Amino acid sequence: MARLLPVLKTMPLTAMLGLAVILIYAATALFAPLLAPYGQAEIVGAQFEPWGAAYPLGTDTLGRDMLSRLIWGARNTVGVALVTTVLAFAIGAVTGLLAAALGGWVDLALSRLVDVLMAVPSLILTLLALSALGPGVANLVMVVAVLDSTRVFRLARATAMNVMVLDYVEAAQLRGEGTWWVILREVLPNISAPLIAEFGLRFCFVFLTISALSFLGLGLPPPMADWGAMVRDNAALITFGDLTPLLPAASIAVLTVGVNFVVDWMLHRASGLKD
Amino acid sequence: MRGSTPANPIQKMILGRLGIGIFTLFVISIIIFLAISLLPGDIAEQVLGQSATPETVAAFRRELGLDQPLAARYLDWIAGVVRGDFGQSLANGRPVADLLGARLGNTLFLAAYAAVISVPLAVLLGLLAALWRGGWFDRIANVTTLTAISFPEFFVAYILMFWLSVRMGWLPSIADPGAAPDLGERLIRTFLPAVTLVLVVTAHMMRMTRAAVVNVLGAPYITMARLKGASRWRIITRHALPNALAPIINVIALNIAWLITGVVIVEVVFVYPGLGQLMVDSVSNRDMPVVQACALIFAAVYILLNLLADVLAIATNPRLLHPR
Repeated sequence: MARLLPVLKTMPLTAMLGLAVILIYAATALFAPLLAPYGQAEIVGAQFEPWGAAYPLGTDTLGRDMLSRLIWGARNTVGVALVTTVLAFAIGAVTGLLAAALGGWVDLALSRLVDVLMAVPSLILTLLALSALGPGVANLVMVVAVLDSTRVFRLARATAMNVMVLDYVEAAQLRGEGTWWVILREVLPNISAPLIAEFGLRFCFVFLTISALSFLGLGLPPPMADWGAMVRDNAALITFGDLTPLLPAASIAVLTVGVNFVVDWMLHRASGLKD
Repeated sequence: MRGSTPANPIQKMILGRLGIGIFTLFVISIIIFLAISLLPGDIAEQVLGQSATPETVAAFRRELGLDQPLAARYLDWIAGVVRGDFGQSLANGRPVADLLGARLGNTLFLAAYAAVISVPLAVLLGLLAALWRGGWFDRIANVTTLTAISFPEFFVAYILMFWLSVRMGWLPSIADPGAAPDLGERLIRTFLPAVTLVLVVTAHMMRMTRAAVVNVLGAPYITMARLKGASRWRIITRHALPNALAPIINVIALNIAWLITGVVIVEVVFVYPGLGQLMVDSVSNRDMPVVQACALIFAAVYILLNLLADVLAIATNPRLLHPR
């Protein structure tokens, strides 16, 4: 913590704002059951009630409390995006590091596979895979994670390649250390900075992808509050001049902006404040 | 390189890229074809339901050609695709090609509309941001584009719909091109979806253009040009731009991916009868032949445009234009 404080002091306003947003969202997601006045699937009134004392943000198309669903959505949507990002990172980082450490045909096969997967916009492959595998949270998380891990693979492989040729790695190999030891003790600590920044970027990307899919009707199964689907379900209100359906979309946007501001600052710091 | 090879390096590289592009398309077509066999169970059982007798399932399988070996089925499918025959929709039995027809044109029209506005705009703004980097324009541009790329496409779309259509009543909120209106009418009716796409794509493209140009401006030969006293204008037009052209072309090609992703979502928001909306509907219905056809078309367009960008980037590379 003592090392962190001076870093925090040099933070620009945008990054500080971003960090605050992330913390607020984390708290909302953690304490959703305490904060939400009603349950996420609970039908509490007539449909499309206006804003008022009983329902601060009105009710949705089925008469569920909008505010409660917004709060539950923080847990559901952000949670699924976070799990997907972690999975994508695990797949991408492990395969990328292995490709860099082993080289040869492993590297060649993995790299060509990634080239092919990246040759097509990922939303198209996601739609194709989801129509073949069918809907469901598990399929959604798997498909998005695998397709997104391609970017992590490229970064992990490229940065690890640069470290693999350095003398201390060779020294470790000559000492007779195994591949995993070299990866975990020599390579990983030296590429952690770009990987952490990439984690933020990937989270934004995965979060937007999952929101888009849920907006398209391919997200979490119905009674669960899911921000993208909430926009879609209540979109009819917009044509009557009511902006309530856009609150979930705004929630998505604010969190993504926040994470991007922090990542932008981290990348700027990592690049040695040049440019 | 010298003497024995008749083809110049540009032609050789272009031919190489063409080969890679066609091979990629081939591999992607195999993946798209195989997606149908990823189905848990069997497509025949999926379509006919649990109550179907084994005889009807077998008959349906024969009708679809599912009793043939995989390679034969692929060849049959791809031969049909090349002739424009994508099979029949599982949902309504109509030929997929009929469903695609007008929709493909609508989607290409919308994408081209957005690209024509956003490409020059993004390149110009990106150049300016790179030129004045660190200044107020650059900082405002950085925060604005960062915010824009953080917005879900449907958020941008609904905000525009709310202000320009519901509040102001200037534009229709549903972008139905209707039965062959003239071009001006069509441009107005599709203005909202096009502007949504422009906003999303321009932000991405502008950031990447800026990065590409800043990269070139940091090169030693730019410092050299500045030290020898060349004017700012001359440095940019004679030294920076020729070298930045290839990265900028690549940036434009990369952003076609955002355009395709955006098209799918924007079409759903504005109920625009295009390929994206058809694909999303078919994914929900699990109408595989239609999904495959849409995926193949989107993939082919993306790969071919990237190929074109690659070729252009090679053709404009100053180092290759003046072979030693």
